[in-house]
Amino acid sequence: MNSKKLKNNQPLLEINDLKIEGFSDEFWHPIIKGIDLKLQRGEVLGLIGESGAGKSTLGLAAMGYTQPGCRITGGSISFDGKELIGMPEHNKRKLWGTRITYVAQSAAASFNPAHRLINQTTAAKIRAKISDEKSAKEDARELFKTLQLPEHNTIGERYPHQVSGGQLQRVMTAMAMSPRPDLIIFDEPTTALDVTTQVEVLAAMKDIVKEFNTAAIYITHDLAVVAQMADFIKVLRYGEEVEQAKTRVMLDAPEEEYTKSLWSVRSIQKEEEKSDDVVLSLRNIDASYGAGIKVLDNVSINVSRGKTLAVVGESGSGKSTAARVITGLLPQQNGEILFNNIELSKVLRDRSKDQKRQIQMIYQMADTAMNPRQTVGEIIGRPLEFYLSLKGDEKEKRIIELLELIELDETFIDRLPSELSGGQKQRICIARALAANPEIIICDEVTSALDQIVQEGILKLLMRLQREMGITYIFITHDISTVRAISDEVVVMFQGKVVEQGLKSEIFSPPHPEYTNLLLSSVPEMDPDWLTSLVARRDQN
Amino acid sequence: MTDKPSTYSATAEVAYKRIRRTRWQRIKLSLSKAPPTAWFGMIVIFLYIICAVFAPFLAPYGEAEVFPEPFAPWSSEFIFGTDQIGRDILSRMIYGARNTVSIAVATTALAFLIGGTLGLAAAINRSWLDQFLSRSVDVLMAIPSLIFALVLLSIFGSTITNLILIIAVLDSTRVFRLTRAVSLNVVVMDYVEAARLRGEGLGWIMRREILPNIMPPLIAEFGLRFCFVFLTIAALSFLGVGIQPPTADWGSMVRENASLIMFAQYDLKAGLTPLLPAGAIALLTVAVNFVVDWFLHKTSGLRDEQ
Repeated sequence: MNSKKLKNNQPLLEINDLKIEGFSDEFWHPIIKGIDLKLQRGEVLGLIGESGAGKSTLGLAAMGYTQPGCRITGGSISFDGKELIGMPEHNKRKLWGTRITYVAQSAAASFNPAHRLINQTTAAKIRAKISDEKSAKEDARELFKTLQLPEHNTIGERYPHQVSGGQLQRVMTAMAMSPRPDLIIFDEPTTALDVTTQVEVLAAMKDIVKEFNTAAIYITHDLAVVAQMADFIKVLRYGEEVEQAKTRVMLDAPEEEYTKSLWSVRSIQKEEEKSDDVVLSLRNIDASYGAGIKVLDNVSINVSRGKTLAVVGESGSGKSTAARVITGLLPQQNGEILFNNIELSKVLRDRSKDQKRQIQMIYQMADTAMNPRQTVGEIIGRPLEFYLSLKGDEKEKRIIELLELIELDETFIDRLPSELSGGQKQRICIARALAANPEIIICDEVTSALDQIVQEGILKLLMRLQREMGITYIFITHDISTVRAISDEVVVMFQGKVVEQGLKSEIFSPPHPEYTNLLLSSVPEMDPDWLTSLVARRDQN
Repeated sequence: MTDKPSTYSATAEVAYKRIRRTRWQRIKLSLSKAPPTAWFGMIVIFLYIICAVFAPFLAPYGEAEVFPEPFAPWSSEFIFGTDQIGRDILSRMIYGARNTVSIAVATTALAFLIGGTLGLAAAINRSWLDQFLSRSVDVLMAIPSLIFALVLLSIFGSTITNLILIIAVLDSTRVFRLTRAVSLNVVVMDYVEAARLRGEGLGWIMRREILPNIMPPLIAEFGLRFCFVFLTIAALSFLGVGIQPPTADWGSMVRENASLIMFAQYDLKAGLTPLLPAGAIALLTVAVNFVVDWFLHKTSGLRDEQ
């Protein structure tokens, strides 16, 4: 497809000493501080780094685009020999959507809900007059087939809400591939997906990039994913390049200290401990929203004191609903909850203040879990004041103690949530839960919105707090590697039912029920050949 | 972020810390960037406030001082002439600012107190209370408010207290709707759920968790609502059930001097007289709208393309 006459050796994309600044609080702040990048046709570059490293800004800059509030202050971006900086907008628009395309993180938010999928898939191609409508649609159906979408001939007639998240992400990939671009930019395309869906999307993307010899920039914070996709990897931090190398070289022998610390993330291991001291027990719980189908169906779970119980399952399996029932936000229809052998009331209102204090919750999105108008001191101070009646200096002292406990310091006390990074926000949420001196903390996907290195920090912190204070965790997650790292016991849930419950070692050793098997085999590994061999294995069966 | 450790540390994560500014510095900063329309609006509002506060010092004559010369033409003695029973128009305009504007402010504040509180409660409660309040508000809103106010005022009598109460209740329906709608977006946030799980009462959730997050639209609405209330009072006064004589007020001044407009063909200035209080009403409304527009743009978070 890439029949354009190109001088040999000339890279498709060449970025030299690029500098970008962002405007906030009346000043310009550097975001990208001089980065070089070269990409040949058919090559896939993986960009990794923690949030705030400038990955997405660099990805967009490769298209010659900057977000509102950002400006390019130096360097050059040349695509196929043409300089993109300073190129008039209408010329750039001729490239965008046809020769350079973009796959966004959240497909659900990026599709127009009012148009059929196939019309959105072919829009750019028809607009650029690459082909007429009929052949564009024909081609789109072929792409749907290549991406293994079900009913590929008719799926395009559906609207975005009529297909699943994983399918939508694949349709978006089809949209990006449809004009046979020279360069695709993938910005965290699988972060929002379940592991079981992620595998399918990754395999489809890998195949299609190879098939059409397209160059790609793959932005992610998931190292195992980038290991599957990229030919070479560039590590970014604070808007600067840390190092760059071929994937295998980088995986085997990273040079920089920072890269090594990224690589060691999955090394946390906790020895499981058995305990018969049950602190919380759910007995035959049924629950549903309104009069609909049961979201929880006869669920019984025992939680051991001072241990970590991981609840695993894909979205819609009922794991978050279980948390809502335990906290009393959603009264169960049948069954009972025993806390320290005393039955908890179904309704939150009827529980005593002390019972409320004993069960605390940490949310997935730390952004929405903290009032944007309250400072860190107010957020952590409120439970102290509310449950423990601490005031004045005493409260202040305890707040600082809690901040130190979560490895932050007292300079954070007057910050607003918007002045914190993702990991710091989640730490403040942990401190807020700790402030109540709880027996149990329910962690609802607390690490899934975070970068891996930040995840590791949070998990280590949670484990340390458990050792020091004997807190019980109910850890809801869809990430198997997290479960491996921190749990003592595991509950696997699927469609509102408990599939398996037991010690970590029992769950992770064969034989598995069919669903557990699928879940376990879908977790990406750091081996670059993992995806290829997994797909081959599954095809055989 | 001066020191950058080579490995991970929680305090060194990239987060942008804003510069601490005092409230005064922040106000100065945003004023320096205000567009000319906003400046115009602010200056006009400021002048009106000066007029209202210092009316007895600014006005050449008393509010209800009658001179033996009704319908006097514009002259150096009576700058804008006198009205039908010989009161100085300019003096009554200045006193009118005091009466009309302060009544409008009081009414709007009351409307916000009633509508805002009920709206927040409805948004948090979401059950029978929400249903009851929302349907009651629907009923009230179904009746044209000016006619409804006319009926109520003629039943209860046109005192200033009644005027404030009735217009406040009728206007609080709009405030209720807005507050409820914007609160619903905030109520679903995890931090409100967290406050509920903690066992916080309704009052705390309303005041501390939700209210600070819905202030910008409410403040903008306050400005607009003030304009509507102001116009309603003027309209009611024009119809004769609003502020009663001898209290000076712009709406009734328009009515009392309306017949003068027919003399415009003989004396242009006489024709202009009834338009002066009308102009005062219009100018304030426009000024408030300019300021509200600027404020809305500022808080909407829309960033002008650089």
